[in-house]
Order: sequence, then structure tokens, then C-alpha cells
Amino acid sequence: MNLSMNWLSDFVDVKDVDIKAFCDRMTDTGSKVEGYEILGKDIENVKVARIVSLEKHPDSDHLQICQMDIGTSENVQIVTGAQNVFEGAIVPAAIPVAKLPGDVTIKAGKLRGVPSNGMLCSFGELGLDAHDCPGEFADGIWILGEEYADRIGEDIRDVMMLNDAVVEFEITSNRPDCLSVIGLAREAGVSFDRPFTLPTPSVKGCGDGDKVENHLSVKIDCPDVCYRYTGRVVKNVRVAPSPMWLRRRLRAAGVRPINNIVDITNYVMLEYGQPMHAFDAACLDGSAITVRYAAQGEQFRSLDDQDHTLDASMMVIADDKKAVALAGVMGGANSEITEGTTKVVFESASFNGASVRVTAKKNGMRTESSSRFEKGLDPENAMAALQRACELVELLGAGDVVDGTIDVYPTKSDPVILPLEVERINRFLGVDLSADYMKDVLRRLDFTIEGDMVTAPSFRIDITCMNDLAEEIIRIYGYNEIPTGNMCAEATRGGRTEKQSFEVALEQVMYGMGYSQIHTFSFISPKFYDKIRMPEDSALRRSVTILNPLGEDTSVMRTTAVPSLLEVLARNNNFSNENVRLFEVASVYYPNEDDSQLPEEKKVLTVGAYGKIHFFAIKGMVENVLALAGIQKATYVSYSEDATYHPGRCAKVIAADGTELGIFGQLHPLTAANYGIDTQAFVAALDFDAIFAHRAGTVEYKPLPKFPATTRDFSFVVDEAVEVGTLITTMTRAGGKLVEGVALFDIYRGPQIGEGKKSVSLRVSLRAADRTLTVEEADKVSAKILGAMEHQLGITIRQ
Amino acid sequence: MRETLASIKAQAMKQIAEDGADLDALRVKYLGKKGELTAVLRGMGALSAEERPVIGQLANEVRAIIEEALANKAAEQKEKALEAQLKAEKLDVTMPGAAPQVGHTHPLTLVQRDLENIFIGMGYAIAEGPEVEYDYYNFQALNIPENHPARDTQDTFYITDNILLRSQTSPVQARVMEVQKPPIRIISPGRVYRSDAMDSTHSPLFHQLEGLAVDKGITMADLRATLSTFAQAMFGEETKIRFRPHHFPFTEPSAEVDVSCFACGGKGCRLCKGEGWIEILGAGMVHPNVLRNCGIDPEVYSGFAFGLGVERIAMLKYHIDDIRLLYENDVRFLSQF
Repeated sequence: MNLSMNWLSDFVDVKDVDIKAFCDRMTDTGSKVEGYEILGKDIENVKVARIVSLEKHPDSDHLQICQMDIGTSENVQIVTGAQNVFEGAIVPAAIPVAKLPGDVTIKAGKLRGVPSNGMLCSFGELGLDAHDCPGEFADGIWILGEEYADRIGEDIRDVMMLNDAVVEFEITSNRPDCLSVIGLAREAGVSFDRPFTLPTPSVKGCGDGDKVENHLSVKIDCPDVCYRYTGRVVKNVRVAPSPMWLRRRLRAAGVRPINNIVDITNYVMLEYGQPMHAFDAACLDGSAITVRYAAQGEQFRSLDDQDHTLDASMMVIADDKKAVALAGVMGGANSEITEGTTKVVFESASFNGASVRVTAKKNGMRTESSSRFEKGLDPENAMAALQRACELVELLGAGDVVDGTIDVYPTKSDPVILPLEVERINRFLGVDLSADYMKDVLRRLDFTIEGDMVTAPSFRIDITCMNDLAEEIIRIYGYNEIPTGNMCAEATRGGRTEKQSFEVALEQVMYGMGYSQIHTFSFISPKFYDKIRMPEDSALRRSVTILNPLGEDTSVMRTTAVPSLLEVLARNNNFSNENVRLFEVASVYYPNEDDSQLPEEKKVLTVGAYGKIHFFAIKGMVENVLALAGIQKATYVSYSEDATYHPGRCAKVIAADGTELGIFGQLHPLTAANYGIDTQAFVAALDFDAIFAHRAGTVEYKPLPKFPATTRDFSFVVDEAVEVGTLITTMTRAGGKLVEGVALFDIYRGPQIGEGKKSVSLRVSLRAADRTLTVEEADKVSAKILGAMEHQLGITIRQ
Repeated sequence: MRETLASIKAQAMKQIAEDGADLDALRVKYLGKKGELTAVLRGMGALSAEERPVIGQLANEVRAIIEEALANKAAEQKEKALEAQLKAEKLDVTMPGAAPQVGHTHPLTLVQRDLENIFIGMGYAIAEGPEVEYDYYNFQALNIPENHPARDTQDTFYITDNILLRSQTSPVQARVMEVQKPPIRIISPGRVYRSDAMDSTHSPLFHQLEGLAVDKGITMADLRATLSTFAQAMFGEETKIRFRPHHFPFTEPSAEVDVSCFACGGKGCRLCKGEGWIEILGAGMVHPNVLRNCGIDPEVYSGFAFGLGVERIAMLKYHIDDIRLLYENDVRFLSQF
């Protein structure tokens, strides 16, 4: 909402308040100011002047020498190249040193040897266009006309009504009453403790015995969405440009002047906050107006020449045969005001906000009118606005207002009456204000007070409860006057849940291992599943789909965070960043079978790396993550079925109860190629929730060993296919409880071992808690291990 | 024999004193079983009974002197050898360090953890809720019915008519109040989604942190106290807060909250665009309709709520001028934090 300060002064006098102070105080009391502009600030020393005499320049065919009366005792000589000037013309003259828009400075000079002490100005040179002032001077000097004869010498800014400031307000959706000059004037009055005066519009009427009923009747078929409809008729209409003062005010508010009738509807909308509609009565079939729901499929062409197919939820203003307006949204092309219009119906009505909002949305035509109606407007304001429009018609001489007013008002709402709970409000706000102060503020805001009961003004649709009254009082008193001492309240136990703390600890472990954290979008393209080579029939391809995505790239909620991670790895690789190690803890989303239910959201830890890294470094990272959770008995199983990964370099992590905790491995070369990653890259996708669920309880200390360990080394030559994990498991089981651990210390491949074979060297560490083991005991365990290896795996020791 | 002893002593001392003297060889040469001094002692049998003890004592004295000289020289040699070793081992300490690779915290997480820790210190628990949410919790429970104009300010991604990507973290408020009776003090950080195209200041996905306190007798002064404490903890002890009236459907009264600029202290600079204040939060007293919707009696309880954008704070704090940097995850960016 752009507010002209001149316009505001019709209702409240704050002229002495500095503009910056005005803006600050209005913001503090709840009408947020976005900024302000001083109009005409780039025009200086331009005066209304009369051309007293005119002669041709002796050395030029097109230049003329003007003697100008600029309201001083002596005339001023100005040379002009304009051709539309004449002796006696009243024009704007820039008198040195003068300033014009666009940083133009006018100084005294000579034109072909003749002194020129200024410049005559055109519209354009004053920063105006044809919409600002009536007339046809687009191509030459602006000829002001004889009505300015008594203003010679005046500053052109006064004449043009440019001595004004425009303040831009951001009005919140609960205060549609402040989308008006009157609403803001009322707020300014309270904010600065100045009287606010709202004159009652007075319409003379033409008094010729004609009555509105002779021209118009109104019927409301849908009182559920049309609360009130008021209308008046203006005959003998003289469509013409509006006067300067009205145009200037519209321009200040950012509205383009069109003609007097249309301008009046806009002017009243800005002044009263009530959208108006004017339509050409001659275009009506019959004289009966009906407010009704549209027929399903009804056709309608709006003022902007767009065609719309309506449905039965939309409200229209109709004559006997057709819709002439989409109620509260836009008028119809069929009844538009034109140069030839002679009879006008002014409509000022009250419609249901949600209905207007839905209609506007469905037709893709949010208008100034609809955006006001949708916030909820005061039906009581409709009549005042209608009368103001007719008052302006008479003031502008735009036509003859027929006596009588149509007012159909089927749906009145009760005023909101609330108790003024002084103590409760003070307690709620944490202040100590007197009942008198509260009542005074409310009264100034047009609330009515009887005893301890407060009635909200009808235009304050946002007032419903104690909190609302509290806000009214405190915003005028000052939010920042509320003390900021200490909060007194019952103590609560704050903190993170165990799971939230685990996530923080996990982050720390990841940083320590050299992995940096990333954040990626939760929505991806469904094509990303192809990119990671997810099988066509994978259940993970079923994703939560966004109905109105910004684009295909962000159209489904991911079921895996691997594609996002690979995008980031690839980007870093493209930037030639070396040794990249990244992780993200984020949610994935599994759709519910029943799509009326929310999807399952699961947290996953996704890790990626390339550079100085290898499979066992990734595995070590996974082992550390499990160690953080205290998970000791997880197994790592070779897995070749996931096409994202290298079939020979991929493992699943399985908990002791068989739960899959995750998968990791080297990226399949074809997956890497899909991302343009030209180096070996590794990925781990771990189930954060499952790892947390499998966490060990509290740590229990084990006494440190009191007796030394004995070690026995074994080397087995086995087929390449035999996994070290199998050897270790077999040895551990066979050795029994004296086995403290089995560690791999060497793998050897070479000619003496043979093709397709490897020599695996393992060290078994043996210990008893209560004694030093004897050589015999150790040998016995060794024998059991060798026996098991031979019988269970058919493996003998390397000789 | 005296002369012999004197000459042995003189020669030994001279040899021991030589640089790089082979002390072991000299010890053998003079003091060994076949050494020169030993030979003298052996020849003492030829001396008279009077002379023998005198020469014997003299010989022992010479022996002691040579031994001491050997020991001193050995110590000296050892010291020199250590010095030489240390000199040889000198490193050019200006050569670059070989630091192990350490990971970096994402700036959004840095800010989020800071925020969390401040409020945890004030007795707040961290509550979480789904990102794919019912329209009911995102809007209706929060006093934003269908076709409410406030829905326009939050362009929302929909999954079905009733399910959407939450456009704010506020639905967590409603979920907590439904299941927990006052006193309630929670914060709720997390991802939110709005249908804004990506540019330097907008992202369709961003992070908010929501706060809620509900109890008997919670006042707007408590809200100001809490946010003032928060602002000082987050932005420095000198930080002031400023409330401006605003409208949110789920709070009444509502405020936008500015903090005094932490770069210039309120004098006006580029960061605060000369205003001296930076808008950080939205806040207000929980609307009685919201309390009622969640089964809490507004006649008995009151509460306040606040919300802020994590990206906004991260960008202000670290002077990040483009929100996209936060989601590109270029390690050259990440490793600065």
C-alpha cells in the first residue's frame, strides 16, 4: 500500500512530523513501513511562467527568443527550440540554476549568440507522461492553460502537486482495513495522538424526480457468499480525464489514471479500502441485477479480454441473460466503461473472502480487488464508499447521480463484544498498565467501551479474543517498553535425546576420520535412480512424488541419499579437489502403501570418498561407526548384486540378529561413468536408525589381563576364493575360549604358491585370565585349530 | 723408576688429550694387564723395601690420574658426539606440516548446534517431526484454515490434497502440544520446503528452528527475556533486541524481532544495510486457537513461540553472499569452517 502524505492530511494532520519519524513510529505501532519517496525531489527552480513576447532568433530558423514573466519584477529571456509555444502561453520554465529529473542541471548560457537564462520544459523533461496530466503535449512544451494565470511564479511542484511524499507500507493480511488511506489515517491519529476526522460523504442527487428503482433492481441468490450489495445509478455521464489532483493521488498510489469514472472507483478503493465496480448500464439486458453462482461451464470474458469457463462454485454479478462481472474479482468486457458510456451503475458490495479467493485462483486472475476481498472486508464500509463515489461524481461533474440507493443486506454479522480483562492483559503481557490507559487506546482505535465490555469496530475483522485486545494496547504502548528481565517459570529438563546425542557424536567421529559434512536436497529427479543403476523393478524406485514441483530435477522425495552424494563427489572431482571425503546424515522417504498416510522417514548416513583411499579404509570407517555404537558382532558379507557398486568390491554389514546395517564398496565403473567420475570412488550407505537401534547399552569395564598372552602363527595356502573371514571364524571357534583374537598379518601370492592360490598368515593370540599358559596348553589349542582347518575346510598348513 | 712413571704419566696425559683419542686402546696400553704402568708395578720386586711403598704409591697415583683423565675425556667425547648428532639431525621446521586429514562441519550444522546448545542451556528439549506432513499440522492446527490468505506467503509443495512438504517447522509445535502437557519448552530445528526457485537468496529447501514454551503464567515479557538472552549468547553480550508488531496466524500478539547489528554494534554498516538492526526472528504469544486445537486450555495456560532461519543466520555470521554455496558442498568452501 503506497500512501500519499497529502492524501493522508485530508483525515489527520501530521504535517509537522518529520517523514523518517513518521515512518519509524508507524512501524512501531504495527503499520510496517518498507520505505518512502519524496516526490519532485529531483526538480528544483522550475516555475510557472508566461511568455510575454516571442521573436525569431536572428541566426536560426527554428529557435525563438521568449521574454518570460516569472512573477518577478523583471522578465527573463529564454531561447527555445520548441514550436508549440505562442505569445501569452503559460509554461513551466527552468530558471538557472535549475534541476530536472535524470540529474539534468540547467544553467544560463547562449544559444547561437543570444543569451538564454533558462529552459522551457516539456512533460518528459519534468519526469511526467501523458497519464499524469490531461492534454496533448507529448511532443512539445507543456502548455498549462489559462486556469494557471494567477499562479505565475509559483514552483511547478506545487502546481503539479508534487510536494508530496509517498510512504510504502507492508500491510499484514489481518488488517485489510489498513489497505486504505482512511485506515492508515486512523492508525496515524492514534500513533501520534492527533484527531482523526472522517467526513460523511454527501450526495446532492439530481432531484429531478427520477429514482434509482427506475433503473436498477438487485437480488442476491447466494447470501452465504454475498453479504451485502449496494448500488447507485449515474446518468448523463460525461466520461473525461480526471482533474490533476485526482490523477496525482492515483499516481502516488501506483494506479494508472484512465478516465473519471474508472478513476473514481479506484480512488474510492484506495481511500476507503472498498473495491468498487462501475459498469455501463446500457450494456445490461434488463435492469435487474442478480448475484448468483455461475452455471457450470458458463462463459465469461473479463475486462482484460481473457475468456474464462466458470464453474458452479464461482459467484457472478449477472443481468437477465449474462454475467457482467466475476464478483469481487473483475468486471466483464461486455459492460466496460467507454468513451461513449452515458449511464453507469456503481456497485459497492461485500463478498465472502474465501469464495473470492478460490474464484480468483481458479481463474488465474488475482486482482487488486480480489486480494482485498479475500482478506475479509467490512460490509458496513460498502455504503460509505458508494456515497463517496457519487460525491466525487458530483464534484468532478462526471454525471448526474440519480436519487435513491439500492441496499440489499441479507447477511449481517454481530459485532464482537469482549470483556476488558485489565489484570489478565497485564499479566499476559508482563506489564502494569491502568484500565484508563487501555480504554483510551481502544477508544482511539474506534472500539466502543461500555463498562468493562469492549465492542470491536466492524472493520476490525481480526479481533476475536483477549490476545487481540492485548495486542492493540501493547502495540500503541510500545512492544519495546515491555521489560526484558528474567523469565520466571517452572524448570524443565532440556537437552538432546539419546539418539540426537548419538548423531552429534557420530558427526564428531566422522570429522576425526577426515570426512566433511554436506547438506543436499531431499528431493531429486526420478532419473537419478537410473544414474546409480538401480534395477527397474527395485522397490526403492517408488518415491513420494510432489504434485507441483519446481522442476523434474526436484520432483520426488529420495529413497536413497546416494545419488545426491555422487552429484557432490562429481562436482568436487570436476573442480579438481583432491582427497575428497564427505558424509551426510539425512532422511530418506518411503511412501506409505496407503497414500492418505504419511510416508516413513528414515535417517541414513551416506558417505563418499575418492583420492588417497581404498576399500579397507572405507571398511575401517564403517567399523569405527559401529564401534561408536558399541556394535561388536557385525559381520561383513561380500555382495555382488547391487549394480551401484563394483561386484567384487562391495560388502553388506549385517548385525548379529540378521538386520542389515548398510552397504559399502567401490563404485561400479559404469556408475562412476554416469557421474563423469574418472577415478576410483567409494560409497557407504548406512542405516542410521538401525545402527542406533543396535547400540550396546552402557559400557562395562573389563579388568586388564594379569597374565601374558602366548601367540602362535599359522600360514595356510588356500584357493583365492577362500575368504580370510572364513579362516578367522573357523580358527576362533576351533580354538575355544583361550583364543583372545586372530589377526591377519600377511597375504602372499607368488610362483612358489601356485596360480590361483594365496598364502594367508594369521597370528592367534591365546590367553587365560587366571594363569600363564604352558607350552603344552598352547600346543593343544594349535592342534585343535589345525584339525578344524583340515576337517572343516580341507586346508593344511603351509610347509 | 720415578722417571719412568713420570714419563708414562706425561705421555698418557698427552695422548688422552688428543682429539679423537682412542680411549679404549689407551686404557689397554697404559692400564691393561700388559700395559706400561702394570709393567712398572711388576718390576717393583727389584726395588728396596724402603722404596717399594713409595714407588707403589706413586704408581697408584699415576694410575688414578690416568683413569680420571680417561673418564673425563670419555665424558667430553660423549658430549661432543651428542652435539654432533643433534646438529646432524636439525630439521627445517618451516617445511609444511603433515597434518592428518580432518573433516569439517557444515556451516549450517555449526549454526544449528550453536542455537541448540543455547536453548538447551535454557531448559529446552529438541523435538522432531516429519518433513512430509499433514496439511492439518502445517496449517489448520496453526490457525490457518483452508483458503486463508496467509497460505499465499508460503508457496507449498503438495504430495496429495492433505499431505505436503512442511513449509515451516511450526507443525512440530502442534504435535508436541498434542502429546505433552505443560510445562513445555522445546526447540525444533529442521528442513522446510517452499516453492521458491533457487537464486542467491532463495532455496526451495532451507532450515528453520522453532521454539515453544507453554506453561501457566507465561508472559510476553518472558518472550522478550528469552530472546534477549538468546541474542546475547548468539551474537555477543552487547546485543540488543527490538520488537516490531507483525502478524502471524498462530501467534497473537506477534512480532518481528531485530537484533542490533553484530558487525557494527548498531552504528550502521554494509551488513545491516545502514539500519543498525538485522531482522532475525518471528515471534509471538501462542494464539489461543492453536492451544485449543492441541487440547491445551488457553484460559489456564499461555505460551510463546518463535522461529528463525538457520541459513539466514549462517549467511550473516559468515558473510556468505549466496545461499547456493551451502548446497553445492564444494570442499574448498566446506574446509573454511
